Amino acid sequence: MDKTLMLSLYRDMIRIRRFEEEAARSYSRGKIGGFLHLYNGQEAVAVGAMSAVEPTDYIVATYRDHGHYLARVGDMNAAMAELFGKVDGCAKGRGGSMHYFDVAKRFMGGHAIVGGHVPIAAGIAFASKYRGEPDVTLCFFGEGTANMGAFHEGLSLAALWKLPVIFICENNLYSMGTPLYRTLSVEDVAVRAKGYPMAQEIVNGDDVLEVREVIRHAAKRARTESLPILIEAKTYRFRGHSMSDPAKYRTKEEVKEWMERDPIRLLAERIYALGIANEEQLKAVDEAAKQEVAGAVKFADESPSPDTATLFDDIYYEPDHHEQDEKVVPLEKRRQQASV
Amino acid sequence: MRELTYREALREAMAEEMERDERVFLMGEEVGHYNGAYKVSEGLLDRFGERRVVDTPIAETGFAGVGIGAAMVGLRPIIEFMTWNFSLCAYDQLVNNAAKLRYMSGGQITLPIVFRGPGGAAHQLAAQHSQAVESLYAYVPGLKVIAPSTPADAKGLLKTAIRDENPVIFIEGEVLYGHKGQIQDEEYQIPLGRGEVKRAGQDVTIVAWSKMVHAALDAATELAKEGIELEVIDPRTLRPLDDRLIFDSVKKTNRCIIVEEGWPFAGLGAEIAYRIMKEGFDYLDAPVVRVTGEDVPMPYAKNLEHEVFPSVEKIVRAVRDVLYS
Repeated sequence: MDKTLMLSLYRDMIRIRRFEEEAARSYSRGKIGGFLHLYNGQEAVAVGAMSAVEPTDYIVATYRDHGHYLARVGDMNAAMAELFGKVDGCAKGRGGSMHYFDVAKRFMGGHAIVGGHVPIAAGIAFASKYRGEPDVTLCFFGEGTANMGAFHEGLSLAALWKLPVIFICENNLYSMGTPLYRTLSVEDVAVRAKGYPMAQEIVNGDDVLEVREVIRHAAKRARTESLPILIEAKTYRFRGHSMSDPAKYRTKEEVKEWMERDPIRLLAERIYALGIANEEQLKAVDEAAKQEVAGAVKFADESPSPDTATLFDDIYYEPDHHEQDEKVVPLEKRRQQASV
Repeated sequence: MRELTYREALREAMAEEMERDERVFLMGEEVGHYNGAYKVSEGLLDRFGERRVVDTPIAETGFAGVGIGAAMVGLRPIIEFMTWNFSLCAYDQLVNNAAKLRYMSGGQITLPIVFRGPGGAAHQLAAQHSQAVESLYAYVPGLKVIAPSTPADAKGLLKTAIRDENPVIFIEGEVLYGHKGQIQDEEYQIPLGRGEVKRAGQDVTIVAWSKMVHAALDAATELAKEGIELEVIDPRTLRPLDDRLIFDSVKKTNRCIIVEEGWPFAGLGAEIAYRIMKEGFDYLDAPVVRVTGEDVPMPYAKNLEHEVFPSVEKIVRAVRDVLYS
């Protein structure tokens, strides 16, 4: 086993966990508005997947996007500042929790209409193929998406045109508050791949190494043979759908059972067993993550709110716009200009 | 100068832009091997091949989304809807994705994409195939909306739309495809957001776009016999709207009629009327009047359908109303 890799996976996962815990706290303190969907419990999927692909491969995520953003982009300051609605956020405070972006790092967004991003991911892969570029697109979504028309249209086009896209269903058993046996006509989302047809795979979403291996093979195949695949990662979210959801529809026993399979603990146990690090060393990694989170909160607190004079910026691409001195144009004027 | 149909003008615009820029491609139902449901893309597959003229299944959400994804990473797709009626299947893609991605990402995403196809009613196609959707799209910040009335405008505006860095809704007149007009030989573009005076006159301003321009011009010909001169303004681009051109005309004529094919309630004409009222209240000698499609799903029967259209007769009647004659 690659010692550096194992530790880096651990670090990436614990960073997400600690970030999400702080997000929940900051939300309760009123520092974060809107909807907040946390990734606790599903860390192995994003971290395993990102570790398996090139930094030039494209990532398309849903509204539950903090984990994917941190695993790919890693910028905790920009992530926290975005939650706080600050100008240094990864979308300048325009997107919030559900719309993280870092196009330079090919993190092509958190998308908040269930299924709406699936054809977009196919389109990014279409562009790679059109230009003869080797990049693969990873598209994440939950099992609730598997009932949306956009999901089927996206997958059917990806199969028809043999697009290099990896569809990753994070099946956390509940689409919001409804268990999948009441919403899904099949037990495994992966079987839906058969009809298009495209390759399918079911993976233990709590096992970061297993996720990594499966995605690695899928990416290689997508890159060399330009073929899509549907991968279903069985996982569990430890918290409710969003902060407003106490998750009363799940039994304590069920939650406890899954928490015993905490992906971070599973990896830690493996690290101990292989003698890669001891408890103290992992605690230090955890401690560093906590420190980083504290730093991110400070950064986000100190970052200014977006200037109201920028309210109408970036509705359209305007080539000459940024050459003007925006600061001197008062909001009222911008309001009038914008409404043409 | 050459005489081309509206259809040929659109085709020429696409061919020229595809020739010029390898990132431009055409995608939609029947655009390739069938040569276009309305033959707008006729011959393009032969000329540019399957890589750049891409036939799709009937999956508007799917291929509109594919176009958006491709534009996000630098291609310049032209997505054809066989008709704009079917774009409603993809409304989420256009409104929630195309229009918002740039803003939502804090300006990180640029989305150069054109969605085009025929809009408006044709002949006895009934409710689901006969509707004007421009108000639905002009409502949305982040989209630009174009509805050309002549072959020359169609070509010049489509070329500009393809080169624009923003999502553009390009609504062609389904019944205008066979219309002929003069096209200049040299390459040209028409800037977005600029209207044109299609007929000058001093008595009443008529604002109309797409095929309603022709109804307005017919009304103008008829009324000219009585010595009433209409000024017909075609905004051509509906968002951003050239309201300066409209205001200037109203300041001269002091009377205005807006003619639109769409439904009246919350339609684009209501916004234009509001702007005229706000900007030119003191210049108005009569209330702004709208001539619209009737507030009803389009019926099939020929005589009923005829009642729904904003006809020349209805425009003439409205002119008499604002002239109090």
